Amino acid sequence: MIKIGGKRVGMKELAPDQRIQNFDSVPCGYTEDEVVTEARRCLQCLHFPCELDCPIRMDIRGMIRAIAFRDFKEAFLIAKKDNPIPGITGRVCPQEEQCEGVCPFSSRGEGVNIGKLEAFVADWALENKITEHFQIKERPEKVGIVGSGPAGISCAVDLRKRGYQVSMFEALHLAGGVLQYGIPAFRLPKEIVDYEISYLEELRVELNLNTIIGQNLSFDELLEAYQAVFIGTGAGAPQFLNIDGERLKGVYSANEFLFRTNLMKAYLFPDYDTPIICGRRVGVIGAGNVAMDVARCAIRLGSQQVFILYRRTRNESPARIEEIHHALEEGVEFIELVNPIRILGDNQGWVTGVELSRMKLGAPDKSGRPRPVKIEDSEFIIDLDTFVEALGTRPNRLFLDNAPQLSVTEWGTINVNDDLATSIPGVYAGGDATRGNATVILALGDGRKAAESIHRYISRSVRG
Amino acid sequence: MANRIATKKQLGGNNFMIDIETPSVADRLKPGQFVMLMIDDKSERIPMTVVEADPNGGTIKIIFQVVGKSTLQLSRFEPGDSIMECIGPLGRPTEIARFGRVICVSGGTGIACLLPIVRILNEVGNDVISIIGARTCSMLILENEITSACRENYIATDDGSKGKHGFVTDVLKDVIERYQNSGIDRVFTIGPPAMMKAVAEITKICAIKTIASLNAVMLDGTGMCGSCRVFVNGEMKLACIDGPEFDAHQVNFDDLISRLSMFQQKETHAYQCFKERKGSRI
Ligand SMILES: Cc1cc2nc3c(=O)[nH]c(=O)nc-3n(C[C@H](O)[C@H](O)[C@H](O)COP(=O)(O)OP(=O)(O)OC[C@H]3O[C@@H](n4cnc5c(N)ncnc54)[C@H](O)[C@@H]3O)c2cc1C
Ligand SMILES: Cc1cc2nc3c(=O)[nH]c(=O)nc-3n(C[C@H](O)[C@H](O)[C@H](O)COP(=O)(O)OP(=O)(O)OC[C@H]3O[C@@H](n4cnc5c(N)ncnc54)[C@H](O)[C@@H]3O)c2cc1C
Ligand code: SF4
Ligand code: SF4
Ligand code: FES
Repeated sequence: MIKIGGKRVGMKELAPDQRIQNFDSVPCGYTEDEVVTEARRCLQCLHFPCELDCPIRMDIRGMIRAIAFRDFKEAFLIAKKDNPIPGITGRVCPQEEQCEGVCPFSSRGEGVNIGKLEAFVADWALENKITEHFQIKERPEKVGIVGSGPAGISCAVDLRKRGYQVSMFEALHLAGGVLQYGIPAFRLPKEIVDYEISYLEELRVELNLNTIIGQNLSFDELLEAYQAVFIGTGAGAPQFLNIDGERLKGVYSANEFLFRTNLMKAYLFPDYDTPIICGRRVGVIGAGNVAMDVARCAIRLGSQQVFILYRRTRNESPARIEEIHHALEEGVEFIELVNPIRILGDNQGWVTGVELSRMKLGAPDKSGRPRPVKIEDSEFIIDLDTFVEALGTRPNRLFLDNAPQLSVTEWGTINVNDDLATSIPGVYAGGDATRGNATVILALGDGRKAAESIHRYISRSVRG
Repeated sequence: MANRIATKKQLGGNNFMIDIETPSVADRLKPGQFVMLMIDDKSERIPMTVVEADPNGGTIKIIFQVVGKSTLQLSRFEPGDSIMECIGPLGRPTEIARFGRVICVSGGTGIACLLPIVRILNEVGNDVISIIGARTCSMLILENEITSACRENYIATDDGSKGKHGFVTDVLKDVIERYQNSGIDRVFTIGPPAMMKAVAEITKICAIKTIASLNAVMLDGTGMCGSCRVFVNGEMKLACIDGPEFDAHQVNFDDLISRLSMFQQKETHAYQCFKERKGSRI
């Protein structure tokens, strides 16, 4: 019955001209027949390379096997065993560098579409109201979790399953971290994020929104009230280029641009109050997932031309291949090998363009990517009316300033050991707060690992 | 219900005063700090200085001027109605000490923002002189409250309908001159950026340290977006977490003024749409 190999089952997508009119999900998702056909391509490899390259070692073969037998419920339960948010990871993991990238069919670009299978089972379970069943044996110990991004979510879920009393603190008025405020709805529909958050509530995680640890509740108070603390505060503070012209109107950090657009729904202005001004010609500095998200939002906000301004070339871009592909389809243009020197403005204080210098690729740097080297006297100007800097973010100093006892690196990322323990006993950390700009799946893995460590720590101290 | 409006009162100059029930904020608030309000699930997050916090009653007092859509919408709320979110306290509290002689210069709705600072400066034993101003006498707010919280209070109105005919800065020059010999130790100023800029220019010449509270456009209020960036001594600072108060002599007010108009066209549009739907009564 199983048709091994064969061509990858294509994913239906909204056509580019259609989707740039709205923020609806671009992939339409597999049908039941399609998902079974795709699952049946899997070889069930004895040495399971896909699982080894999944940072959380999901039981991918088990999930695929169940899908192949049309047992979607079983597939969901298998996925959920290792991964509290398959509907999200299935959509945003850089699969081509992980699970799918090592699948034997991937050399032809036809690796089993693990991400889309994972998203399918999660969506199917949501639609059919299937949830896991487990008994929680309550324990009295209390754990505080700072941040409600993927790291915090996975840590909270695991600790609740073990019976701990979990309180989560989130600075913003909505939970989910980058999933909520950063990644746009056309990549990750907000119903899916909301569902995962409602699952936390179902598990009776106490969710305290609008609570900024270090500002309206101090870190010391947290330490006092909880036996253990997990810090999953992410890396939410924007970085700027520190060049001339950043004061100009029309210049945004990627965070501001995405925050306005996604969290505050500026694309529905004036039905929603928060404004955004996105001009006809938009330049975006950077070429990672964040830059792609900004560029694709700008297209949807009505920009005529959107340029990705990158100091390397598209081949070195750290973005997911699917994002680059979608961005190009939607009309985003790449200007490669350029570096901004200064932002230009008019006498009303509005941005009018950017001066760039041309770069060439030199010897590889520490990251293994070729280092961009400036070409002398190659400066030129392009006209823009919106300029967005997607340079990566740093941990927020509001929290760190209030927790001076914590040992941090010079970048402000929190130092942890292999168990994700920080320099303070009983305090653990993970996700972007320790790694800088990483990925959803690494943050999720950290949250789970920290939950393990916290369980061991509390069990040890209870035994005395 | 959380964030219920306990009392509401209309003041002059399209200003409204409301008390909001929010015990966790009231409990922790210090002078100089602000909250972000979100009226409903479609609202923007707007920053508002807390004029007074009552930890026992669990309420905070806000005074706001109707200038656009959100403030107009808020002005229509009545006691018993609830605001969706009231987030805070945010920002750094004012640095308070016994400086000696202090002048507090405020204008418009800024008078409300400066009131808690006037009060505490007075309480800790400073000799506080206040100068408040408005376009015209009917727009002047909190005159009695300010007067009872300082030794001397001067008034300036642009049209001369009350106090000195002129700007607060004109009075400031006089006061500085009067105390030339005995000295002035610090100036605090809150109001329209153009006013704060003028204050800073005067006190800079006399080398009197001056603190201004900056009303940059804010979005999250927690240091995550950079919308509120201001330039202080050539360096980029975030008004929401590094401020809102800064050394006025180092602030680039022209950039602040320019950036405040960034969304004007959209704001006017939102204001018009709201008035069309809900009527234009204030
Ligand atoms: C635009 C964008 C697109 C991305 N695309 C992808 C992608 O396609 N695939 C992928 O794998 N990764 C992607 N990433 C990266 C990924 O989202 C992050 O690595 C991941 O979200 C990190 O999770 P986290 O839980 O550590 O932190 P976050 O998701 O950043 O969550 C941290 C939370 O903590 C809160 N917080 C911070 N300080 C405090 C405090 N003091 N008190 C209370 N709460 C606090 C924050 O408000 C936030 O909600 C993207 C990132 C961005 C910005
Ligand atoms: C720290 C701080 C404290 C403040 N305290 C008070 C106060 O106590 N009383 C008071 O009346 N006002 C205060 N303001 C200003 C107040 O936030 C704005 O008047 C309000 O956001 C206007 O909203 P709107 O929709 O009614 O008007 P809009 O039509 O949206 O805007 C009118 C003008 O208000 C300013 N503004 C708009 N949005 C924002 C924003 N998100 N952040 C800051 N400014 C904005 C801009 O200059 C704009 O041109 C404060 C601002 C800051 C930054
Ligand atoms: S969690 Fe991510 S890496 Fe792991 S199997 Fe799913 S999509 Fe692949
Ligand atoms: S590597 Fe590919 S073919 Fe092999 S088990 Fe994993 S998904 Fe199936
Ligand atoms: S308001 Fe976003 S950083 Fe200050």
